[in-house]
Amino acid sequence: MSAQTLDINLSLLVPEILISLLAMALLLLTAWRSDAGGQKLVRMISAIGIIVVAVITLGSFGTMTETTFDGLFINDAFSVYMKLLLFISTLFPLVMSWDYLVKNGIDKGEYQVLSLFALLGGMIMASSGDFMTLYLGLELMSLSIYVLAAFRRDDVRSNEAGLKYFILGSLASGLLLYGITLVYGNVGSTSFSEIHAHLASGAHLGESLSVGIILILSGFAFKIAAAPFHMWSPDVYQGAPTSVTAFMGAMPKIAAFAGIYRIFLDAFIPLFHEWGMVLKLLALLSLAVGAFAAIAQTNIKRMLAYSSIGHVGYALIGLAAGNQAGFEAVITYLSIYIFMNIGVFCFVLMLNQDGIGEEIEDYKGLSSQRPILAFVLALFMFSMAGIPPLAGFIGKLVIFKAAVEADLIGLAAVGILFSAVGAFYYLRIVKFMYFDTTESQFGMTVSPISKAVIAITSAVVIVFGIFPGALLEWVAISVKPFIS
Amino acid sequence: MVEQLTFYLFALVAVVAALRVITARNPVHSVLFLVLTFFSMSGIFVLLGAEFLAAILIMVYMGAVAILFLFVVMMLDVDFTQLRKGAINHLPLGIAVGIVILVELAAVAMNLHLSGEVNPALVEQVPNTMAIGKILYTKYLFPFEIASIVLLVALVGAVVLTLRKPRPGLKRQVISEQLARTREQSVEMKKVASGEGA
Repeated sequence: MSAQTLDINLSLLVPEILISLLAMALLLLTAWRSDAGGQKLVRMISAIGIIVVAVITLGSFGTMTETTFDGLFINDAFSVYMKLLLFISTLFPLVMSWDYLVKNGIDKGEYQVLSLFALLGGMIMASSGDFMTLYLGLELMSLSIYVLAAFRRDDVRSNEAGLKYFILGSLASGLLLYGITLVYGNVGSTSFSEIHAHLASGAHLGESLSVGIILILSGFAFKIAAAPFHMWSPDVYQGAPTSVTAFMGAMPKIAAFAGIYRIFLDAFIPLFHEWGMVLKLLALLSLAVGAFAAIAQTNIKRMLAYSSIGHVGYALIGLAAGNQAGFEAVITYLSIYIFMNIGVFCFVLMLNQDGIGEEIEDYKGLSSQRPILAFVLALFMFSMAGIPPLAGFIGKLVIFKAAVEADLIGLAAVGILFSAVGAFYYLRIVKFMYFDTTESQFGMTVSPISKAVIAITSAVVIVFGIFPGALLEWVAISVKPFIS
Repeated sequence: MVEQLTFYLFALVAVVAALRVITARNPVHSVLFLVLTFFSMSGIFVLLGAEFLAAILIMVYMGAVAILFLFVVMMLDVDFTQLRKGAINHLPLGIAVGIVILVELAAVAMNLHLSGEVNPALVEQVPNTMAIGKILYTKYLFPFEIASIVLLVALVGAVVLTLRKPRPGLKRQVISEQLARTREQSVEMKKVASGEGA
């Protein structure tokens, strides 16, 4: 490695550099201006900064695949598309939680700074071309979110959530690292393209390589909370501040799936017959846990945690299908999922007030007092359950289509069965809102930002449900780098 | 011959000290044995010609990490015997899981083919500190920078979770006030009747 052949093209890193500069500048700003006005400034600048960087990133969508730092960093249509999803799933939870943060006394500038660093970690994962970059991106993201989960440090549950997430997340990182070392020991490289070349060359592959791959998959299953690695998720979802739960339900999952695509489709695709089996098992278990465990929940955050385990199960069916349709379906599913997730959490944040907490029964009789709110929340619930003509239906449709194309008819049938079971607990909320009465008053004022977030997310859920063409087209472009 | 003897000496000390880390009753002793393990391992690294790793192990792990552990163990009032009581209940399960993993890994290790090839980069007569430095600041510059941001996040996170704004009733040391104290402010003369002072 001589300095002459050094391959550094910083222009590809512009979004990452801007986000890290933004985060560091806000860190200084919040240290100097810790009064209410300064915090407001930090909130505004972080939101505007994300939008600006998102627009800059959008400019390079659909362009050629470019790499820098000898392939450590990849910029292609997939990375750009995933980064846009990451921006959305960071920006919306940030802006809709402004009131919540102030109300709970945790409106500190570090909240925004850590969210931005988590976003940066996710962006690096989406662009990684090597285990080194991928792992560091993952750690950057996880570490920031551990702290965010414990951000309400006077609250025992929040502390518990942060600690639990940290310990189990460290265990997952350990599994992942061990897997990476086994792969490196067999192949002699951490670069995805070199691993792919080695595997495709038909050279002798040791048994320990398979163990390595399984360990890497287990590590990621922890991060996306796929059963049987989901144990942490309900407790952490419930204990963390609701604004962090909204963030955690979308952003890290997008980043982890981006990492899975990078590792498994860039590097390990020649061994699909080995890890495809494991994916099927993970998908099946996640569907079962997501469908049955959610029924018994009384806390809406716990219910949404189980629901997200179920959603991950559907996404994994698409990955287990192992065909082009499957790879596209997963990204379509995730794109729709984040909007539904953000929308529902916006309601949970907004309705949170004295006497109306996080219990599902608290939503009884919402429709009689706030008919519009109840209608939109019902819309999200129908979409989550996968009822046409909403976007949630399109997500499930493309997944099952891909599974049937790949002759996974059994898995598709089980998935449809579980989505029928899952519909029960989504529709139970609708039943509470429309057919039950309550004494409590839903007198909360809805801030313009919450209105805007709900309007945007519900519009996406309706529009992509009726006209999914544009979304499917973008996803097809984004997945193209893996197909060739 | 001397090299082999040195290796066995360091290896023996490392293994015994590592065992003592988990068997010592006093947690402070555990940490000290950990330091000894690190030191023996760094000796083995020197024998292997990896002087950079040896130096890092001594500076970072012995100098910083182990001492930090020592501080934590000494300052936190944790009743370790209480912790151990609960651990006994989970012992059978823990041992069972450990044995399963051990058998699985052994099965994999049986099939391991270690080739006799030597990486040419290792044979090169470049001091490995220089080699690592060169590659770290060129090819791996990007991961190196991310690692620095990870450390920054760790720093920010630690401060966010522990630093508290001064609460009412909190007593702080104000040095100027301490220095400005006069004899009249601090000393009170009392007359005690003889035989009644207790």
